[in-house]
Amino acid sequence: MVRTRRHTVLPGFRLTMGYTIFYLVLIVLLPLLTLPIRSWELGWSVFQATVTDPRVLASYRLSLGAALAAAAINAVFGLVVAWVLTRYRLPGQRVIDALIDLPFALPTAVAGITLTTLYAPGGWLGRHLAAWGITVAFTPLGITLALVFIGLPFVVRTLQPVIDDLDLEIEEAASSLGATRWQVLGRVVLPYLSPAWLTGFALAFARSVGEYGSVVFIAGNMPMRTEITPLLIITQLEQFDYARATAIAVVLLLLSFLLLLLINGLQSWAGRRLST
Amino acid sequence: MALAFLVLFLFVPLLAVFTEALRFGLGAYAAAILQPDALSALRLTLLAAAVAVPLNLVFGVSAGWAIAKFDFRGKNILLTLIDLPFAVSPVIAGLVFILLFGRQGWLGPWLTDHDIRVVFALPGIVLATVFVSFPFVAREIIPVMQAMGREEEEAARVLGASGLQIFRRVTLPNIKWGLLYGVLLCNARAMGEFGAVSVVSGKIRGETNTLPLHVEILYNEYQFQAAFAAASLLAGLAIVTLVLKVVIERRLQRAMAVPGDPL
Repeated sequence: MVRTRRHTVLPGFRLTMGYTIFYLVLIVLLPLLTLPIRSWELGWSVFQATVTDPRVLASYRLSLGAALAAAAINAVFGLVVAWVLTRYRLPGQRVIDALIDLPFALPTAVAGITLTTLYAPGGWLGRHLAAWGITVAFTPLGITLALVFIGLPFVVRTLQPVIDDLDLEIEEAASSLGATRWQVLGRVVLPYLSPAWLTGFALAFARSVGEYGSVVFIAGNMPMRTEITPLLIITQLEQFDYARATAIAVVLLLLSFLLLLLINGLQSWAGRRLST
Repeated sequence: MALAFLVLFLFVPLLAVFTEALRFGLGAYAAAILQPDALSALRLTLLAAAVAVPLNLVFGVSAGWAIAKFDFRGKNILLTLIDLPFAVSPVIAGLVFILLFGRQGWLGPWLTDHDIRVVFALPGIVLATVFVSFPFVAREIIPVMQAMGREEEEAARVLGASGLQIFRRVTLPNIKWGLLYGVLLCNARAMGEFGAVSVVSGKIRGETNTLPLHVEILYNEYQFQAAFAAASLLAGLAIVTLVLKVVIERRLQRAMAVPGDPL
């Protein structure tokens, strides 16, 4: 790829760039920087004692585990949904397609209380699941379910344009050369989709790790069992234990930052793959 | 089969909000929405969005101009930093403002001396809302501006138009649907934000309670019908957002397809 640099005659670079950096620093970077600086002030021993506390570790395990499980479910389910919505014409397609974004548009607190009411033992859906001996609300399963709800659009929306670009002829060529349906899927379709698929997975995962509103109602919030990390941070704040809240939060922030870098790497990989 | 499950998974919750809200009829529904605490929560939510959306709109346009119309080093780093609020947990977004402006925060003593309240007051709520809805306009506008290229603006410049004239007459008509799309998403997030606002609000009824927080308080007090009535307003906002999104997307696709289209 050859990049040509050219001089532009357009005005306003210094003004807009200056304002962009100024606003970014003021609203995002400076506030976020307080977190590592404040946790640095705590000293290593306090920091270590806090983040290796069994209750804190249990919350990290739960937040990560449930987010991973939800992202994995969404990766499979989201692929199927994106495939069906892109490749087939169905009645009510537009409505269904618009509905995919509902978890984006619906405020998280509303999603939280609604899912809890639906999946509580006496709720519309929880009642039937209880008959099968499945308890969703107030268990790690409920947390995962809320995160599946929140994360679904990320996978579907990342995959849809890529599936749309995938030429039907390539698949037809593969099957006319004697490939079975599974071979076409495994050798042709999935490798082509994989960068976008991974990006969608990572986006859903990143969102789920820090998610609060949709989870907190259905979680039950029992220490060691169903207490997610964001809730634990709030609990510390309510007890005015800012030091512990800061230490717990900085680990979560670091993880989010690493995920963001990973996603950007994946996206540029996907971009390169598609442009060649 | 997959779609049946999808409809169940996405549509049933939406249906449930309105069913629960109307459980005791329209009278109870109206009473829940018209109680003073609900109305003041609604006012605060609208106010926070009314501050956050224009601020982030100006930023988005400014960032879009700088990033799409010029070449410079570190563009990718800048784009990653703009995405940062997406990646950060909303609870952390609230926490950082407590660490800055709270009583034990860096600026806390100074603020107390000057009798200014940021945390557990309106400014904190607005700040947290601005933070979480920060990337939306910029994220939508940058790709649109990049796709439009620079030739039209450059031509206008060569013909003697000033910067402001170029923006108003050339750029704005090209990007208006993208801009509107960004504003729509930004507004949905600003009005619906829960985690970040929950941390900085202090949840003083009638004073620092936004609509999502009002929903939480009612729910935790087992006033389920009233909670869902308030929630139905937010669900209504979500539906309006989705409908407008479809409309704007169609316009956007048309606008993006026009330049260079032989037909």
